[in-house]
Amino acid sequence: MSFYLVQFLSGLATAATLFLVSSGLTIVFGVTRIVNFAHGSFYMLGAYIGWSLAERIGSTPLGFWGGVLAAALAAGVLGAVMEVLLLRRLYRSPELFQLLATFGVVLVVQDVASWIWGPEDLLGRRAPGLRGSVEILDQVFPLYDLVLIALGPLVLAGLWLMFHRTRWGTLIRAATQDREMTAALGVEPGRLFTGVLFLGSALAGLGGALQVPREAINLGMDMGIVVEAFVVVVVGGMGSLMGAFVASLLIGQLQAFGILVFPEITLVLVFLFMAVVLVLRPYGLLGRAEEAPPTAASPGPPLSASTGIAAWAPLLLLALLALVPLFAGEYALIVLTELVILALFAASLHLLIGLGGLVSFGHAAYFGLGAYGAALLATSWAAPMPLALAGAPLLGGLGALIAGWFCVRRSGLYFAMLTLAFAQIAWSVTFQWYGVTGGDNGILGVWPDPWASGKTAFYLLTLGLCGGALFLLRRVAFAPFGYALRAGRDSPLRAEAVGIDVRRTQWFAFTLAGSAAGLAGGLYAFSKGSVFPTLMSVPTSVDALVMVLMGGVQTLAGPVVGAALFHLLRTEIMSLTDLWRLILGLVIIGLVLAFPKGVVGFARDLVQRGRAA
Amino acid sequence: MQRRTPLRPNRRATLLAAAGALGLLALPLGAARAQDGPIRIGEINSYTGLPAFTVPYRQGWQLAVEEVNAAGGLLGGRKIEVISRDDAGRPDDAVRIAQELVSNERVVLLAGTYYSHVGLAVADFAARNKVPFLAAEPLSDALTWTKGNAYTFRLRPSTYMQSAMLVEEAAKLPAKRWATVAPNYEYGQSAVAWFKQMLKEKRPDVEFVGEQWPALGKLEAGPTVQALAAAKPEAIFNVTFGADLSKFVREGEQRGLFRNRPVVSVLTGEPEYLEPLRDEAPEGWIVTGYPWDQIDTPEHKAFLDAYRAKFKDFPRLGSVVGYSTFKAIAAAIEKAGSTEPQAVTAALKGLQLSSPFGPITFRASDHQATMGAFVGRTTVKDGTGTMTGWRYADGANYLPSDEAAAKMRPAP
Repeated sequence: MSFYLVQFLSGLATAATLFLVSSGLTIVFGVTRIVNFAHGSFYMLGAYIGWSLAERIGSTPLGFWGGVLAAALAAGVLGAVMEVLLLRRLYRSPELFQLLATFGVVLVVQDVASWIWGPEDLLGRRAPGLRGSVEILDQVFPLYDLVLIALGPLVLAGLWLMFHRTRWGTLIRAATQDREMTAALGVEPGRLFTGVLFLGSALAGLGGALQVPREAINLGMDMGIVVEAFVVVVVGGMGSLMGAFVASLLIGQLQAFGILVFPEITLVLVFLFMAVVLVLRPYGLLGRAEEAPPTAASPGPPLSASTGIAAWAPLLLLALLALVPLFAGEYALIVLTELVILALFAASLHLLIGLGGLVSFGHAAYFGLGAYGAALLATSWAAPMPLALAGAPLLGGLGALIAGWFCVRRSGLYFAMLTLAFAQIAWSVTFQWYGVTGGDNGILGVWPDPWASGKTAFYLLTLGLCGGALFLLRRVAFAPFGYALRAGRDSPLRAEAVGIDVRRTQWFAFTLAGSAAGLAGGLYAFSKGSVFPTLMSVPTSVDALVMVLMGGVQTLAGPVVGAALFHLLRTEIMSLTDLWRLILGLVIIGLVLAFPKGVVGFARDLVQRGRAA
Repeated sequence: MQRRTPLRPNRRATLLAAAGALGLLALPLGAARAQDGPIRIGEINSYTGLPAFTVPYRQGWQLAVEEVNAAGGLLGGRKIEVISRDDAGRPDDAVRIAQELVSNERVVLLAGTYYSHVGLAVADFAARNKVPFLAAEPLSDALTWTKGNAYTFRLRPSTYMQSAMLVEEAAKLPAKRWATVAPNYEYGQSAVAWFKQMLKEKRPDVEFVGEQWPALGKLEAGPTVQALAAAKPEAIFNVTFGADLSKFVREGEQRGLFRNRPVVSVLTGEPEYLEPLRDEAPEGWIVTGYPWDQIDTPEHKAFLDAYRAKFKDFPRLGSVVGYSTFKAIAAAIEKAGSTEPQAVTAALKGLQLSSPFGPITFRASDHQATMGAFVGRTTVKDGTGTMTGWRYADGANYLPSDEAAAKMRPAP
């Protein structure tokens, strides 16, 4: 009995940290509608700054807690700086474009933190006066964890008072409910947003600084926490502080007791939980329908098919690309092959984001399913390459068919997080199903048949297949199905009224995007010779998202250009310097500021403006 | 109606971008292969993903290359030139980089890698392209056994060897009830599986009463420690490392998990893992590791002095691995008498050389080097963790026989 009590208390301590971080995220999201990937970075910075302060002044209780507070404030200031210098310039860009900017910030912070604090894990000082443990029914429990447990509700109470008893808090609640109306009533949104970013980042920094006495501070803390914080926010219901509190309690307990019952599936437990919650409750536990975020793409000018010379441009490009092997070296062909594959991958995601208004955070799942399908067919069943390649889109499509049925029933960030949950579940299955997938050691020896094993032959094959698939995706955009999909994006209500089954259209689009990604994955497997679970991990999904956003969501060429740009930048910078994350991050931030509608969107505006003049 | 809109500029943008892309790609075309120029070695590792481990490793190989070149190079005066790349911890990136190194940079051999899956991906590439590959740090047994190939060799003692060294000590403990905690991926799983199997062979009376499988990097320290304690084990086998390890040690100390309970722990004696724990390093754990400050063989002293002189820092285990990897490469090329891939591969088989840990051999049967590790107990001295009561466990004694190992490899 006493054991369960202590396990319960441990769960509460975990929950407290989770709540601090996710409360900040939910406040920021509620007001600004920004999907702030950099939230984890502020958590990490809070931890590092907290560590430095604890080393210098943390030997007395006053110094230690002062240091924790100072670290939280410093993280808050950095968050406000990010808002003023970066995000403020992007509020008029399409929704979600800020996500790309915050991703750039994540990359920059990683390298800067490594540069300032060095690569090694830093074990901080224990909190003075709280080093020991207490006996609770003859089980030992650390004192510090008790303090954390008390801190969670205290912060919740403090935030509640601030939101309900101060003018500023009232304004924030107003902005959470209706941003436009609040601005119309004369509240300057800029100052409000800066304040909110400060508050949110300070909470993240507080969560980080409080970790100093518990664990070694390391450079992987940012990505670890941000995904979990998103899970908490979504489970609780976005913008709902109480929801975040309840969700972190539940998830803390789930982790504490889950490891007793199923020690092997700790990898996915929280994602399974989130999937179940979202399937049962469309807006999380305590979220309300009107707080649901708008869909991703603000439509912008409608897509239009090219005519005249421009209509032939893709074919011309294809012909040019087919001629490349005549003069390019082996390595150039390899990179081009990857580039063509990634272009298809990005274009398949664009079908969802650009045309469907559905932002998927887990698109890598179908890329990975295709890769694994092809690899398994080619190795375990010794299928010839064409057959294995044919299996790739089938498996990718099948996976998307199943996941899509659940996902399209939700919208906005709830949709995004549900796709992420399915991707994580697929990832952990491949990661742990040793007998079939080889686990994290992957499947080796997936090489093309002899007729396609030359670099040129495989490149041309890839070009043909991806070119064909891209052509089909383009046809889809201008087919009645594509118009129906866009109608569902722009106004679901009107689309339903004219007889379009929006949900079913989106479901089919999801499946189609899944199979296109699957084909890309299958080709990728054969180009690399091996597949690993990393292919369906979160970073791969994020890469795809970055490619689409970089190119711009409003044009069909956007994802293709974005994929080319991102992949070339990444490979070129990576081979030049170890500081590639810093440089890539700065380039992304620069691009975001210079081209707030994506590279292709910018080019289009430029020409249109030129014509108007 | 919209179909009549004239010329859409987005196509133009596509073309422009593509032209730019081609321009970028056309630049780094291969250097001509030279018979008397420097010998080019391709090196790949997770420098940005795991800087705490790979930076000491890089310093190690830099020292080795400097020494070889200062001594007049190889094959009658040719210097070694290393082209080093970051793989960002991703196997698909590593394969592309391997291709770049082979096609563009014309390297004669590939070396490096830290993560097992990255190592396996590069190994597969090496076999396919018939380039010798000397894996430096990956631990997975698959690399030299179930997925071994003719071109891949490995320096560092594998998961099996590390477990075997610890089982020897664990069997001497009176403990009969064991619990295990390991990160939930191949390394953790095979370390636990080997440990269980070998310990049961030596001590049929032991039983395993509890196991925990935290996700790598996501150990929930409090609950995990409590769950282990609830199983009431008499001893614990630990495979966690890095950030997970420090959380586990802290929580375990605070909650009294290690009171009167011996802990056997893989790799924890390596300075990479022990040093960040500072004065909170656990006391009396039985570990494999590297007590860099206490080894006074002449080979090690020479290495230690040179390393400290050059980098003003003490070596980590990675430094020894990087150093020995490139010493092995130099020895293999010298033995082969050429840089031809087939000749170098043949030379690596059965290659003998002297490392800072003493003589090592790359076994011809399974391409595993016999480099060993130091087995001892952890302790805290002058505010940092270190090892005490250690001995060198020669890897040759902790490997299956040549015949047994060869049987585990796929048919050539």
